[in-house]
Amino acid sequence: MSDSPLVAEHEEHTEHDRPELRHHFADVEQQRNAASLGMWWFLGTEIMFFGGMFCAYLIYRLKYFHEFAAASRSLDLTVGTLNTAVLICSSLTVAQAVRAAQMGNRKLQVKLLLATIFFGCVFLGVKAYEWNNKYKEHHIPTFDFNAKDLMQDNQKLFGLDKLEGDPNRAGELRKKEDDIQKHSQIFFSLYFALTGMHAIHMIIGVGIFSVITWMAWKGRFTPEYHTPLEIAGLYWHFVDIVWIYLFPLLYLIDRRPGA
Amino acid sequence: MSEHTGHIVPSKRNWLVFIILIVATFLTAWIATIDLGPFNTVVALFIATCKASLVVLIFMQVKYTSEKMTKAVLLFAIAWLILLLFLSLTDYSSRFAG
Repeated sequence: MSDSPLVAEHEEHTEHDRPELRHHFADVEQQRNAASLGMWWFLGTEIMFFGGMFCAYLIYRLKYFHEFAAASRSLDLTVGTLNTAVLICSSLTVAQAVRAAQMGNRKLQVKLLLATIFFGCVFLGVKAYEWNNKYKEHHIPTFDFNAKDLMQDNQKLFGLDKLEGDPNRAGELRKKEDDIQKHSQIFFSLYFALTGMHAIHMIIGVGIFSVITWMAWKGRFTPEYHTPLEIAGLYWHFVDIVWIYLFPLLYLIDRRPGA
Repeated sequence: MSEHTGHIVPSKRNWLVFIILIVATFLTAWIATIDLGPFNTVVALFIATCKASLVVLIFMQVKYTSEKMTKAVLLFAIAWLILLLFLSLTDYSSRFAG
């Protein structure tokens, strides 16, 4: 807030008193647009950050499609779908919280923000449950990784059924099994890298929203000024979008029955 | 006070987007179990892109923003991403084919 030395101006100033308006902005709207644009720039860099991993995924998926398909089938589709729904619920509560701030409804804001944090935590909890299952199934790369169950469940996909009965092709079979053991680890490496980075973003998001909820509780947001809530919301929606792509790319590679 | 506080999205529209997103999620999971040949991936990514567009346009309010730079930043970020993925794809897909 710029303090004018002129008393005459000072009187006029109190009428439009805006403690949230920084002195280097002309008005609240300019400040809001600048903050929002800054967040969009950051999200642009985030697209590049995740884009690099998506690109690595794309290349290896092309190269080792069967291993990727088999490994993808070992993920729990029901749990993955429901967790996607949980994340979409959290996006709705964020959008509605921004709306509540625009309407000046403090109690509703706090409730919706608490719901967002709740859904975020549920998502992370389910993710932890899924990771634990991968641990139990020996599907964590390098840590006692074992792809035997993937070979068992996907005999036809890998063409192992044709090799198995033939004693003359035992060497070929062993080589194929070695390859599957090696290459399916690449899928799980990417799975843990992508879902792990996504989970870290979620944890940071829950942290940000804890602060935002506290600010909302204190009544810091008015219909005229609720920029922190808005730009935190942008971040949350972005993390949701990353998952919207991760879900089909990791869970739905090849679920066709009998293939 | 005549200051802009951002476009207030009607509550109904948020709920509508939410319902579409939920339905699309279950739809894409269900379609994945149907054999469409190579089109399974195409359909899954198409649905994902529709969902992401809805989130960007309505929840993130890009549809309502007066700030043109926001749209520019978003479009350029997507363009760079497509450049990265598309050029890598053309390179690697032609290598494995040979």
